[in-house]
Amino acid sequence: MAEDADKHDAGEQRPAEDEQPNGALPEAKPAAYFEGESMTRRRAFSVAAQGVGGVAGAAIMLPALGFALAPVFDEQDENWVGVGRLGDFTPDTYKSRVITIVPEIGEAGKTTVYVRRGNPDLNTQNEQQLSNDPDSELRESADEVIAISTRCVHLGCPVRYVNAAENFICPCHGGVYDFQGAVTGGPPVRPLDRFQTRVVAGQVEIGPRFSLTNSFSPVRARDPGEFTGGIWNVLYPPRPSTPPAP
Amino acid sequence: MSVPDRLLPAPLRRPAKPGEGNGTDPIERAKEAPVDLVGWVDERTGATGMLTGALYRKVPKGTNWLYTLGSATLFAFIVQAVTGVFLAMYYTPSPTEAYESIQHLTNDVFLGEFVRGMHKWGATVMIIAIFLHMARTFIFGAYKYPRELNWVIGVVLLVLTLVMGFTGYLLPFDQRSFWATVVGVNINGTGPIIGPYLSDFLRAGPEFGGSTLQRFYSIHMLLIPGALIALIGAHLYLVTKLGTVAPPWLRGETKPRSLREEKI
Repeated sequence: MAEDADKHDAGEQRPAEDEQPNGALPEAKPAAYFEGESMTRRRAFSVAAQGVGGVAGAAIMLPALGFALAPVFDEQDENWVGVGRLGDFTPDTYKSRVITIVPEIGEAGKTTVYVRRGNPDLNTQNEQQLSNDPDSELRESADEVIAISTRCVHLGCPVRYVNAAENFICPCHGGVYDFQGAVTGGPPVRPLDRFQTRVVAGQVEIGPRFSLTNSFSPVRARDPGEFTGGIWNVLYPPRPSTPPAP
Repeated sequence: MSVPDRLLPAPLRRPAKPGEGNGTDPIERAKEAPVDLVGWVDERTGATGMLTGALYRKVPKGTNWLYTLGSATLFAFIVQAVTGVFLAMYYTPSPTEAYESIQHLTNDVFLGEFVRGMHKWGATVMIIAIFLHMARTFIFGAYKYPRELNWVIGVVLLVLTLVMGFTGYLLPFDQRSFWATVVGVNINGTGPIIGPYLSDFLRAGPEFGGSTLQRFYSIHMLLIPGALIALIGAHLYLVTKLGTVAPPWLRGETKPRSLREEKI
């Protein structure tokens, strides 16, 4: 009891220099304040604690994010698979071949490819377009092999080649492509993608996928649903690691 | 002539004086044990006060069954969480084994079809309940000041629930779920500039590959549920803090009257 009273009294007696001229109470100072400091001890510790906490948080979050995003920048192996002898394929119709594009995941990693020889007869049909664009993939020569990807460029469903109509038809949203893969109906935004091909010792081999613009100039592979050509090549950037178009 | 208390029926017994007799009997003390336990926890947590504030809060006149749609959504979420935990005990998120593990879970495991059915249909129930809850909030004007933030949190919860639906749809790994996911990921990819990177992130690469399924599984069972639970907590906190809103057909009457009373 007596101690309490002493403390109370001590608190009441303020040093005279703290008193304001108008008799108001002195301005409250934080604990451990000393004259002339630019930053209070409390504030310094608070900033330091938040800074250390932020660094610790970033040290956990940034590697975790990089870990999750890494596959976007993964270099893909350029892998060539044989699909048969050159003589197996004709210029007039497609033969379907199943290749594995993602190994070790079973059925989900396989895709169908439609393969045929180049057909120079089609060049006369496309004469007008070919005169405008000399680099067009529309120009076909007898010694090349064309491999059409069955991934619909609308949203990625598998298209099917219908021999009687000489059309590729997508079952999901009704996309239709002609014999060379140009869009003739439905929602697809560009011609069907193709695979690079080469003939090694009489064996046809299929390599990386590439995309086409509507005038059939090759560009690096894009995902389905992405426009190609002109400004679209910038708005839909290709994956950093995709192999260049032929 | 006094009859010993033990021989009398309980109502006729003289009540014990404080500090004497009462509570010293072992049977009586055993009866008190549950109350004591609750009291012990409550003394150290203050849970009763918090729960009373949350559960016995005042609700406006006209509160009706439509106000239970949010709780219905919460209940659907709890069902999804519980059944999901048990489904995860049998599921294998591997492209070559997922389909078989689902077949095994559905056809061989005791009550497997039932638990999977609850999870599958519960997902649809949750989406329907969310939209009804959202419609009720919108039509009753319950999104207005000061409840805008709770509306925003609710919209985020809706989006997260749709992401749950999208990522969960792949897990059975049959033809339907595979191609639906291919289409869904490619729709994500059609956004300019970031679209291609977003679909690459979802697929974990340029093609639907070995870790796509595991990525979807991890998002479905760890990432989004964590965010959902945190945001549901915030949503409920704001509901208890701000209270609910009377239906619009009653608000017109009650508001001026209460204002008049306050003036007097």
